[in-house]
Amino acid sequence: MKIFVCIKQVPGVSEVKIDPKTNTLVREGIPSITNPYDKNAIELALSIKEELGAEIAAISMGPPQAEEVLREALAMGVDRAFLLTDKAFAGADTLATSYTLSLAIKKILKELKKDEKYIVICGSQAIDGDTGQVGPELAEELDIPQITYVQKFQIKGDKVIVERIFRTEEVVVIETNFPVLISVLSEINIPRNPTMSGIVDAYQKKEIHYLDAERLKADKAKIGLDGSMTQVWKIFIPERKGEHIILTGTIEEMVQNLCENLKEDKIL
Amino acid sequence: MSIRVDRDLCTGCGSCVEICLYNGVAMINDIAQITDDCNLCGACVDVCPVEAIVIEREELKAEKMDLTQYRGVWIIAEHFKNKIHNVVFQLLGKGRELADALKVNLSLVILGANFDDNLKEFSQYGADEIIYIKSSILKDYYSDLYVKTLTELIIEHKPEIILIGATPMGRDFAPRVAKRVNAGLTADCTGLTIDIESRNLLQTRPTFGGNIMATIKTPTSRPQMATVRPGIFKPLKKSKRKVIIKKIDYDYNQKDSVSKIVKIINREKKKINLEEAEIIITGGRGVGSKENFKLIEQLADCLNAEVGGSRVAVELNWIEQDHQVGQTGKTVSPKLYIACGISGAIQHIVGMQGSEIIVAINKDPKAPILKLAHYGIVGDLQKVIPELIKKIKKIRTEKEI
Ligand SMILES: Cc1cc2nc3c(=O)[nH]c(=O)nc-3n(C[C@H](O)[C@H](O)[C@H](O)COP(=O)(O)OP(=O)(O)OC[C@H]3O[C@@H](n4cnc5c(N)ncnc54)[C@H](O)[C@@H]3O)c2cc1C
Ligand SMILES: Nc1ncnc2c1ncn2[C@@H]1O[C@H](COP(=O)(O)O)[C@@H](O)[C@H]1O
Repeated sequence: MKIFVCIKQVPGVSEVKIDPKTNTLVREGIPSITNPYDKNAIELALSIKEELGAEIAAISMGPPQAEEVLREALAMGVDRAFLLTDKAFAGADTLATSYTLSLAIKKILKELKKDEKYIVICGSQAIDGDTGQVGPELAEELDIPQITYVQKFQIKGDKVIVERIFRTEEVVVIETNFPVLISVLSEINIPRNPTMSGIVDAYQKKEIHYLDAERLKADKAKIGLDGSMTQVWKIFIPERKGEHIILTGTIEEMVQNLCENLKEDKIL
Repeated sequence: MSIRVDRDLCTGCGSCVEICLYNGVAMINDIAQITDDCNLCGACVDVCPVEAIVIEREELKAEKMDLTQYRGVWIIAEHFKNKIHNVVFQLLGKGRELADALKVNLSLVILGANFDDNLKEFSQYGADEIIYIKSSILKDYYSDLYVKTLTELIIEHKPEIILIGATPMGRDFAPRVAKRVNAGLTADCTGLTIDIESRNLLQTRPTFGGNIMATIKTPTSRPQMATVRPGIFKPLKKSKRKVIIKKIDYDYNQKDSVSKIVKIINREKKKINLEEAEIIITGGRGVGSKENFKLIEQLADCLNAEVGGSRVAVELNWIEQDHQVGQTGKTVSPKLYIACGISGAIQHIVGMQGSEIIVAINKDPKAPILKLAHYGIVGDLQKVIPELIKKIKKIRTEKEI
């Protein structure tokens, strides 16, 4: 079996802060991290490999420094790592990203032995753009079924059985065949930390395969900014609305004051 | 396609460097220069006061699309247990406004099984037309059947705008439909307006955990698709309207789907609906213990409110996961949000900053939540909350008299 895990490098969102005085971005030392859900995706792939045997390829599209997240994936235990990097990929929206990722997967699929199965695992969303669109669009591009928001995953013979959560009121158990793309929620597992020897291997024994637009034989009209139907037209920092009052006095006074304000605001 | 800085125009003001999230611009000798890390997001282009930065696209070799063939606004209905999701009525409200601006029809598209008796009621929320695809299997959600049916309908009718609730279900099928018809799709929008001249839909959405808003457009292709966050727009008041109802029977059966629903496990839980609650009282680590969390519940009780928790409160088992507000929990926008013993980490804030009025009770005057709050009380919640409960009860009884 082959397992593809798509991982994305994102700015550690917790560090993106707004300076309230100047209303601008405080961007000092924003560290880049592996999208948290993608670590759950890696963990799932590793646990499948441990149970049933599989070869895991981690794939990321991004600038050269996205190499870091692939090294981390290698250190956790994935077998191969592919970085899709090319200036021509810049500015990609989810349509262009999923197309580019699909080219890499198709390229590797050529190695697939007869009757060998494969699955693709994505995170349910990336915390920077927060779209959750790349998974389903990638499944469409590969022409395979998808199951999103997965919190439990199992392989039984030729079948894949998953629990999908759309709402808190119900869990839907779905059965499908190979190949399939799933996107995982953080509830599915707790990602492992790389071991010391894993880290050493990731930097010394394993390598990262670089793929650019030419090696992927990408259609220029479908990648990067040109392949994107959506365009960012404007980016702005939201204005904070309303007054900000810190109440003072004794507890009784503060509570009194709060209630009066809430009455005025027609809440109480 | 490329991005470049006009060296003659650039004044070296640095606004571009400040807004860029990717270290994609640097100041070199007081002139902005694009670095290798640029991902062409365009933030700098907009922020530049002298229009010195331009992104140029290559003329697409592919044939340009004839946008004028696409007309009409569509809302796709989501339903669960035979009930239409509230977001659908909210979208009809917004959809009416967009359709009026564009002078086109508004259609509601339902894929379902048992809605024959409800169509009349649905027609009171602003639509000009209801397209009802009926098939017994569609009482449940099948990803592939939704995608197949919707794509066929889109190719046949060519709507120019399609709005879908940004619920997990909407976010499951919308991207796949978008890919199949090669349409742009903007996720989780919180603002929608029309640029009349170009008929472009201007889609505003939070990004980077809500710290930054982005307005997205889809100028070169149609339909323009967007998923829209529930709870943002308001439904119209019900009114009688003339509505064309198109009912089409489909004879789908189980074999038409590649996946099979094996079973549906109902989770019998106290029904909570944070997303639609008017008042939410949330407790964080500062509440101190599971025992103390009862205080939060009591306050919620007397305000008829729902209870929320920060991730820490959930992790400490003071409250169940369903109640978590924030990046990995629920996004809420109540009229009143009272944060008790919550520091205001960005992952929490992104889930609640849409609240109309935010009250924070925190004993640390430096807690970030106090900067966000409309009313902040610096104090020990164990003393403040009982006092607040007392006061509210008093107000309530006074009102009754
Ligand atoms: C990928 C990721 C996703 C995350 N998702 C979420 C999410 O969805 N939701 C979420 O909430 N968090 C999330 N977090 C965690 C988040 O970063 C914070 O750790 C968390 O929100 C902090 O919770 P808290 O405010 O309850 O606790 P703390 O940060 O510990 O704050 C406790 C506060 O209580 C105050 N306090 C203490 N005692 C009292 C008292 N007696 N009276 C009054 N005030 C008191 C303290 O001054 C302090 O400000 C996420 C983190 C990551 C990395
Ligand atoms: N540039 C990328 N490279 C690799 N995987 C990606 C990339 N962008 C998105 N993904 C995958 O798609 C998921 C959803 O991302 P998004 O649609 O951006 O929210 C992520 O969790 C990743 O698994």
